[in-house]
Amino acid sequence: MQRLRRTMMFVPGNNPAMMSDAFIYGPDSIMLDLEDSVTMAEKDAARLLVHNALKTIDYGNTEMVVRVNPLNTPYGKKDVEAVVKAGVDVIRMPKTETAEEVQELEAEIEKVEKEIGCLGRTQIMAAIESTKGIINAYAIATASKRMMGIALGAEDYCANLKTQRTPSGDELLLARETIVVAARAAGIYALDTVYSNLNDMETFRKEVELIKRLGFDGKSIINPRQIEIINEVFTPTEKEIEKAKTIVAAIKEAAAKGSGVIAVNGKMVDKPVVTRAEHTIELALAAGVITKEDL
Amino acid sequence: MEIKQAFAGTLESGDIMVKIEPSQKEGLEINLESTVAYQFGEQIKSVIEETLKGLDINSAVVTATDKGALDCTIRARVTAAAVRATGKDVWA
Repeated sequence: MQRLRRTMMFVPGNNPAMMSDAFIYGPDSIMLDLEDSVTMAEKDAARLLVHNALKTIDYGNTEMVVRVNPLNTPYGKKDVEAVVKAGVDVIRMPKTETAEEVQELEAEIEKVEKEIGCLGRTQIMAAIESTKGIINAYAIATASKRMMGIALGAEDYCANLKTQRTPSGDELLLARETIVVAARAAGIYALDTVYSNLNDMETFRKEVELIKRLGFDGKSIINPRQIEIINEVFTPTEKEIEKAKTIVAAIKEAAAKGSGVIAVNGKMVDKPVVTRAEHTIELALAAGVITKEDL
Repeated sequence: MEIKQAFAGTLESGDIMVKIEPSQKEGLEINLESTVAYQFGEQIKSVIEETLKGLDINSAVVTATDKGALDCTIRARVTAAAVRATGKDVWA
């Protein structure tokens, strides 16, 4: 079964109360942040806090991600050492522009993993936050076998583009589509940027519906209040699940008779339709709205 | 080990503020103020002591103001204060 990554919740790495409570709200992934939400004077303390939290707190099935500082700062390599030693699931690399940067991070991870005897455990996701990063999206997505996903960081991207974010998101369309296409071609996850106006949940919902239509797997979030809307949009409805089940059952029956194409309710069903139906069922299974016994 | 005065942590709920200062005598003097001192005071002091000894700090005055921090937070804040007090990092 595929892993759900509908919601990746940002938690400042220097806030112990938020770090210990975050999983209660049920995000699919928690991203402890050592980068922008931590002041330079507190980088050392936040790194220790995140290291000790990862080692000690039982986050259950929640995927644990840490956004480290860039490797070309005095903090990046220490961040990698601290979180790999603590058993983090995924390292999120900020402001990724080239495949070489991913490979440099991979080399740092490998160095630490060799030291503690767990080679190959840590995954990488790259946040793309510049026009250069978008141009190199596929190269970044395929830069390492550890790549789990690529994500859009829209604030820096818009600054680089010399524009600003709007409710419609027109300015992000090319970047979003590029990220999804690159991720799909590489066989990894595509994650959308944060939406930071917590007082406008209507526009937030529209944005979530848009990114689902574009093909994203999920979105970075900054507040637990955003989880419910994303889960609602990303969880298949009963009607969609029933349709998917009918299609999968029909194609199995057709395959048994030696045919690859059939009609369900008067519509032609061939491989792409079946692939989409299987994806719907996988999502429903992962979200827990159906069980294998229901199939 | 030579140390200078250093702080780490905050006074926010779930955190602990730790101050480490040099001491004239051998041993660790730990002064704790905690919202949960009655139930967990000894446990908090023992985590502070164990963390400092693990960093080879055997002589210091520690003043800690606890706001209900978990053990992992206490370890992190004591280590951060110790690293700042000694100038000796725990990472390669």
